[in-house]
Amino acid sequence: MTINTLAKGGSVFIILIVAMQDPDMGMKMRNQRLLITVIPMVKGVEFLLWFLTEALHVVLRPDETPYPIYLAKKNIRKQGERWNMKGYSLLHKRINHTWDFVVMQAREQLRASKQRRKADRIVLECQEQAYWLINRPPRGKNIYNLDPRCTTALNVYDSLLCVHLCFRPFCLQIETSKRALGRNRVKSSICLESFTKYSEQYQNHDPIMQGCLPSNPWISDDTAHWTMNSEMVPVPTRLRVERWSFSFMELLNDVMGRKEFMTYLEKEFSAENLCFWQACEDIRHGESSKIIEKVEEVYKNFLAPGAARWVNIDSKTMDKTLEGIKHPHRFVMDDAQMHIYFLMKKDSYPRYLKSELYKNMLAKAIVPQETKKSVFPFMRRQRHASPSPAQAASQTPPEGGRAKGAGQAGTNSAVQQN
Amino acid sequence: MRPKYMRSPLIPEMATQEVQLNETLAHLKTESETLKSKLEEERAKLHDVELHQVAEKVEGLGQFVMKTRRTLKGHGNKVLCMDWCKDKRRIVSSSQDGKVIVWDAFTTNKEHAVTMPCTWVMACAYAPSGCAVACGGLDNKCSVYPLSLDKNENLAAKKKSVAMHTNYLSACSFTNSDMQILTSSGDGTCALWDVESGQLLQSFHGHAADVLCLDLAPSETGNTFVSGGCDKKANVWDMRSGQCIQSFETHESDINSVRYYPSGDAFASGSDDATCRLYDLRADREVAIYSKESIIFGVSSVDFSLSGRLLFGGYNDYTINVWDVLKGTRVSILFGHENRVSTLRVSPDGTAFCTGSWDHTLRVRAICSLI
Repeated sequence: MTINTLAKGGSVFIILIVAMQDPDMGMKMRNQRLLITVIPMVKGVEFLLWFLTEALHVVLRPDETPYPIYLAKKNIRKQGERWNMKGYSLLHKRINHTWDFVVMQAREQLRASKQRRKADRIVLECQEQAYWLINRPPRGKNIYNLDPRCTTALNVYDSLLCVHLCFRPFCLQIETSKRALGRNRVKSSICLESFTKYSEQYQNHDPIMQGCLPSNPWISDDTAHWTMNSEMVPVPTRLRVERWSFSFMELLNDVMGRKEFMTYLEKEFSAENLCFWQACEDIRHGESSKIIEKVEEVYKNFLAPGAARWVNIDSKTMDKTLEGIKHPHRFVMDDAQMHIYFLMKKDSYPRYLKSELYKNMLAKAIVPQETKKSVFPFMRRQRHASPSPAQAASQTPPEGGRAKGAGQAGTNSAVQQN
Repeated sequence: MRPKYMRSPLIPEMATQEVQLNETLAHLKTESETLKSKLEEERAKLHDVELHQVAEKVEGLGQFVMKTRRTLKGHGNKVLCMDWCKDKRRIVSSSQDGKVIVWDAFTTNKEHAVTMPCTWVMACAYAPSGCAVACGGLDNKCSVYPLSLDKNENLAAKKKSVAMHTNYLSACSFTNSDMQILTSSGDGTCALWDVESGQLLQSFHGHAADVLCLDLAPSETGNTFVSGGCDKKANVWDMRSGQCIQSFETHESDINSVRYYPSGDAFASGSDDATCRLYDLRADREVAIYSKESIIFGVSSVDFSLSGRLLFGGYNDYTINVWDVLKGTRVSILFGHENRVSTLRVSPDGTAFCTGSWDHTLRVRAICSLI
């Protein structure tokens, strides 16, 4: 590659792009779907590999400006770094017979470049340096004996590139498959049976299947259904209380259910379990910046020996957790939290469902009357707006970023919207 | 005169190295294929009954009529994504013209509108608290906008850039709180981000092509999610370790949408191959296919009704098909949109479902009568 070619600037890249698409020596081109169009695509990894192996003798076939001339120029200008000098002196020994020619060429080129503008000269120098950094002739059967570090580095880099990037998808796939093979699987009959059970259990609660009482707000334009089922009501609906008995998760997910359960636990003197669980949830889903202080709090209140609300965890989990607390992170409480969760699920929860507290709740719960369909179906009721959750939150500062539903108690002061 | 060394191959050692690398690659490929077929064998061993056989004793569903109860007009271009607020009546939707609108779907009022700096906002999500929305698309980012009711306040000013990918953002979802966001992108990865600091908490690698959709598991431990991509695979991930726990590859084309069954034991997927499929996580296999010969257009989005008995699918032929999950039959077909249905979500309490379409509108439908 002559200085002229380098001087043209962009032509190096044009040659590269053309060579990339060559059917024999080029790269594997793919098509990438980009929503509505398809564009040709090459993977960056593959491009690098191709460049290191193919491109250097297809595209950048150096023909007129050999490496020694470049080194000679550097030497003349005294710019060569130390390791280059080692190669340079070895070079000198090897090609003694053509040395004069090389030096002469170097001087000539330096003189020619001096005639250029400074800006152009700097650009050309950079390009040349970059070119030779990539296209450094390798060792081996050549007459050169370049510094072993640079060629070894190139080889190592090349293989590392292959291993980590080219092979990676397959390695990941193999790992996943191996892990999947080790899984415990359940028989289809058992799994599928659970679907029918689940659907049956929830059928009455599914408004699309069974309608909802008093009426579906979207159809009757009456928000009574939502009002009756809002987060905190004096008397919950029967369906809602029934749902608490379906699974422990249902009970905990409902704010009111959780409160009721807490009341029950307090009677049983095991309320610290639920408090601990809630605190752990807060750590897991709260702000990153507050993790350390929250973990401290939890330790102080629940785990430290003699703590006010000490939770009963088995020794193995306790040791592991205490170890983890020394370097607190988001998931440090996971094991302990899991232990307490299953403790509550297996022990307190079934007893709660059999307790008087729950039974009373169920008895008290209201079953709303179905509103009769209006006689004049064309008369549309006024649709009232409800306070936005964003507004509700700005009035009461949110605690630790946990999900807060909007308080939606009957909107008497609602603005009428049509 | 050209010096001899200039014409030789780069490095002879490199040439042999290249051969070695190619051999290793081929070896890895065959190992991967062998393991995959072995896995399929293991999965088939425990498959003793089909879902529709188990469902024979379940009562059939009658015909039901679903009517459009609200039509939300206001977007200037294709609606690409929508999400419900936990208050069961508010919706956020995003469209190709770069606008993200927050509606009170019940009154059909627009409450907030944000103009994104890019077009094709392909993902949007409502925060669990209802105080913020997240959205993103061709800008490769996911931004969180806190919602303010001050009319004079410019929402765009308070924007917070959370996620950064190297390709378009295809889906995003808040986890259990406002503090973390899960995103999936066209660069083939999913990622979990901390909203406050914008830090990457975990990244998930394993898809071989664009990841188009994701859904969080409603499980007790709350630690897994499923993603579907253009490599026809649906992967289940552990959020904590970043590992792919399970992988399913039975679709014949890109998976556009994945949604968990309400119990968290299974998930459904909708794909460009015009089928919806149900995968059971404990049996570790596909257990049902919802398809018909007459349906040839791809599914863009799926969602379950509250009890999990019905599966709604929005299709590219402008219709919505309602499937009986247990029996595998189509219960109903719904019309109304004038262009392809791009997004579909059932409301949090199951009273209605909303669809967004390329015809610039969103429609909220509810059952009018059960015959």
